[in-house]
Amino acid sequence: MLSKRIIICLDVREGKTTKGIKFKDNIDIGDPVEMARIYYENGADEIVFYDITASSDKRDIIIDVVRKVAETIFIPFSVGGGIRSIEDMRRVLLAGAEKVSINSAAILNPQLIADGARAFGSQCIVLGMDVKYVGERSEIPSGYEMVINGGRRYTGIDALKWAIEAQSLGAGEICLNSIDADGTNEGYEISLTSLISSHVSIPVIASGGAGKPGHLLDVLTRGRADAALVASMVHYGTYSIPEIKAFLHDNGVKVRSSW
Amino acid sequence: MIAIIDYEAGNLTSVARAITYLGYSNVITGDTKEILSAKRIVFPGVGAAGSAMKSLRHLCIDKALKMVFNQGKPILGICLGTQIIFDFSEENRTKCLGIIPGTVKAFPDGLSDSDQQKLKIPHMGWNRLRLKQQHPVLANIEEDSEFYFVHGYYPEPADEGHIFANTTYGISFSSVVGYRNIIATQFHLEKSGAPGLNLLDNFCRWIPC
Repeated sequence: MLSKRIIICLDVREGKTTKGIKFKDNIDIGDPVEMARIYYENGADEIVFYDITASSDKRDIIIDVVRKVAETIFIPFSVGGGIRSIEDMRRVLLAGAEKVSINSAAILNPQLIADGARAFGSQCIVLGMDVKYVGERSEIPSGYEMVINGGRRYTGIDALKWAIEAQSLGAGEICLNSIDADGTNEGYEISLTSLISSHVSIPVIASGGAGKPGHLLDVLTRGRADAALVASMVHYGTYSIPEIKAFLHDNGVKVRSSW
Repeated sequence: MIAIIDYEAGNLTSVARAITYLGYSNVITGDTKEILSAKRIVFPGVGAAGSAMKSLRHLCIDKALKMVFNQGKPILGICLGTQIIFDFSEENRTKCLGIIPGTVKAFPDGLSDSDQQKLKIPHMGWNRLRLKQQHPVLANIEEDSEFYFVHGYYPEPADEGHIFANTTYGISFSSVVGYRNIIATQFHLEKSGAPGLNLLDNFCRWIPC
């Protein structure tokens, strides 16, 4: 059977990794190529680079990073952040990434999902979703609303409705980030993850809130996630990937245990 | 020189990078002369069977592949490349190359795992091999090693003797198949970490008898 995936997220700004707490006060913690190599050798099942470079003239730095990473690690990795067109996707994929993740750009232009899936295949297109709990109301029946611009802008779009629509447009996977849980280290948003995962047939990666291995166990079982994204709990050395995997294995979750 | 066949079906650079990392010279090419003069062939591919066969015919690579197969040169199929070497694929109801007898089938709807959880299609992620037969390319690959899969269709060889490893996803399917000088994997060995590189390295040194 398929193993549940542990995906390591590296936020990259101008070619350096950072880890943001609730998208604010980012601090630099290292070289993305070197960090990717270390995580690859320690059993990461996949790596996500999220480019948070603000100035457009420095955007090309990420392409260099992708090229170097692709020469160094031989597991799937994806790139998100700043991808707004088919041409942006092509550059990242040709540089060696397996998948691209689109988020705000897909909300502003849903056709981008369909065009990307047609050009490169659904398996290349990950829909990134930043979601906030706002309470149920008529436009937001699930109570979860899509937000963009790093959580600053509300869109009036229901998260569940958007997930289903994105799947029908051709998204191959969903990376579901709870803005409420992100950076808290207090656990994933289980009800959100289970809601989305039970209504789509594409894999769902849970993101935001991981602080200890028990949180991954929760989201991969009760939350019905196919994969779990982790960042600070491994970046700061609190836990290693083998420790997390051993814990999951001991609790009956199938994980890739040799690499 | 190893020729990685370019027939406009997906990203080939990751296969090339993995082979380069292992220290073997390689070229990504759709040119039949270059394919015919290569020492060994890698036949990758991501996409749909219908459009892949169309572009193979258009570029005359279908004939070149059959020629290198008949010459006995080592050929490695990967993912869609593996499916296309069979007779027929249910994807787009496509007549394929017919190098290995058998068909390529779609995962049926409504599959579930041992815990009765509904399985998602495509089959995407890390899954295990159950080795069925020995093969030089599978040397030092351990039982239950995990590899990275992305596919909605799977090969079903007509002759059980052509199955070298199986994988379970709701059903058991052939994940490594082979016949004479061809060996082919349903998974992406270039994205499967150390066991994948190991298998790729074995292929680069394999001399079929």
